[in-house]
Amino acid sequence: MATQSSRSAARLMMAPAVILLLGWMLVPLLMTLWFSFRAYLPLRGGDQGFVGFDNYVRFVTSSAFWPSIVTTLAIVVGALAICIIFGVLLAILLDQQMWGQGVVRILIIAPFFVMPTVSALVWKNIFMDPVNGLFAHLWRFFGADPIIWLSDIPVASIILIVSWQWLPFATLILLTAIQSLDTEQLEAAEMDGAPVLKRFWFIVLPHLGRAITIVILIQTIFLLSIFAEIFVTTGGAFGTRTLTYLIFQRVLESQNVGLGSAGGVYAIILANIVAIFLMRIVGKNLDA
Amino acid sequence: MGSIRLEGVHKAFGNVNVIPNVDLDIKDGEFVVFVGPSGCGKSTLLRLIAGLEDLTKGRILIDEQNVTNAPPAKRGLSMVFQSYALYPHMTVYNNIAFPLKMAEMDKATIDQKVRAAADVLNLNDYLDRRPGQLSGGQRQRVAIGRAIVREPSAFLFDEPLSNLDAALRVNMRLEITELHQKLGATMIYVTHDQVEAMTMADKIVVLQAGNVEQFGSPLELYNKPANRFVAGFIGSPKMNFVAGAPAAEHGVHEIGVRPEHFDLSTTDGKWKGTVGVAEHLGSDTFLHIKTDVAGLLTVRADGEFGVKHGDTVYVTPNPDKIYKFNEAGLAV
Repeated sequence: MATQSSRSAARLMMAPAVILLLGWMLVPLLMTLWFSFRAYLPLRGGDQGFVGFDNYVRFVTSSAFWPSIVTTLAIVVGALAICIIFGVLLAILLDQQMWGQGVVRILIIAPFFVMPTVSALVWKNIFMDPVNGLFAHLWRFFGADPIIWLSDIPVASIILIVSWQWLPFATLILLTAIQSLDTEQLEAAEMDGAPVLKRFWFIVLPHLGRAITIVILIQTIFLLSIFAEIFVTTGGAFGTRTLTYLIFQRVLESQNVGLGSAGGVYAIILANIVAIFLMRIVGKNLDA
Repeated sequence: MGSIRLEGVHKAFGNVNVIPNVDLDIKDGEFVVFVGPSGCGKSTLLRLIAGLEDLTKGRILIDEQNVTNAPPAKRGLSMVFQSYALYPHMTVYNNIAFPLKMAEMDKATIDQKVRAAADVLNLNDYLDRRPGQLSGGQRQRVAIGRAIVREPSAFLFDEPLSNLDAALRVNMRLEITELHQKLGATMIYVTHDQVEAMTMADKIVVLQAGNVEQFGSPLELYNKPANRFVAGFIGSPKMNFVAGAPAAEHGVHEIGVRPEHFDLSTTDGKWKGTVGVAEHLGSDTFLHIKTDVAGLLTVRADGEFGVKHGDTVYVTPNPDKIYKFNEAGLAV
């Protein structure tokens, strides 16, 4: 990309992709903004014109708003914690030389290939079913009363399902990071008198810092918008209504496009706050 | 204190005998260099001493203590790695302080020791930097700093200069030698470069295929090589080996003459030959001479020796400096 002509050629070549992606992003964004200022009730009178910030005020003052924010954050933080802690442990395990390494790695990654709807259904019916689920059988085998997962501890159950789906991604990224660690560094630390746990704490974990940052950033963005897992399992009941799910209910169940769009704008703002917040905390890690 | 003794050390990786059987006695305060071609097991031997590899057979004693099964940290040795193995996320200060923190010393002592080490190595201006912001020579010094703060009984160096450019290498060579004189600690140094070995060592261990070919002072190795391998490996350029009729004159299988032990003349001499390549270095001239009797020879002449490609010259080996070898390659 050195000369003037190669630069302008590059711009020309990139233009179609950039314009397409820009349109792809801008059209829905602008439509959301447009509807958020209008009273648009498709089954109850249609588009009834501008209402100013009414939708925005109604969305936050509704009794469902703050609980949905709390649920969203609980699911994001819970799933992230599980993914990172177990991701690091699994990555260390997979980094060891062992028999059948290739097969084990593929098995570990497998959950990532399963569609969210399917995995939620599998968990709901095969594992968590209070009568015929595997967990119920396991509990009864030990003489305990089966947990009714999706109504007794619904948020934890959803965190479990979501973590199962996203653990492979975290493991994969952390595994490649662990493999890039110079073994001489570990040997040097061993010579310096650091036992196994201290080697992990002072050498391995800092080395993984950047990979953990990437996992947090990417997974936060995806976890903020999980939907299928809730739709299929609890349908938003038992306090599992996240912000995304609340917006869905406003638009499709209440048939209030304007109110839902205002919620969508809040979701955009929330995602950006989280992104800025994360960038400032962990962005330092990316520079080093 | 830091005497190190290896008794019947044997190391095998699977079916491969990397080190068949090594006995070695390193006295306190000696600078010992392990030298040999790549793949000769010198690094493995160092790692066995460090405790980073397990012995298959034999014993290692440090200060008469059997440490054969002791973990690396308990052996009181410190090591400088080829890649330096600095901790990239820590500052220079924290890198040097790391072994002391692991030994759970108090903050004031750590600070004092780190600063003392930084003084010795001229690292005071860089203590807040990270390894990524340092040049190769500075990183090397940090690695040495991390090694010396613990005041170990011996230092192990694993080809520490191989990643530096030629000028810096000469400098660091001097610095390490000076450091050895200042600290008086035992040092074991691994290299494949015989110049490093000759200039730095008190004693050199020449290794080939895991066997100790000879153990002695640099000049001993130069003057009295035990066999053809040592004779060829020590000295630069390489010794010339001549078999056949000229060797039969001396009643042996093969003779060896170093490039610096020839008399050169353009008029008369023992072996007649033509100049192939002449390397004029200013202080020396190295001539590659194709002789009829003795084959291709490398000959050193002092200063300028005005010959060029295709000229006829006569070479005469200095009769006192002819090394004789039997069929097995041993010196006689």
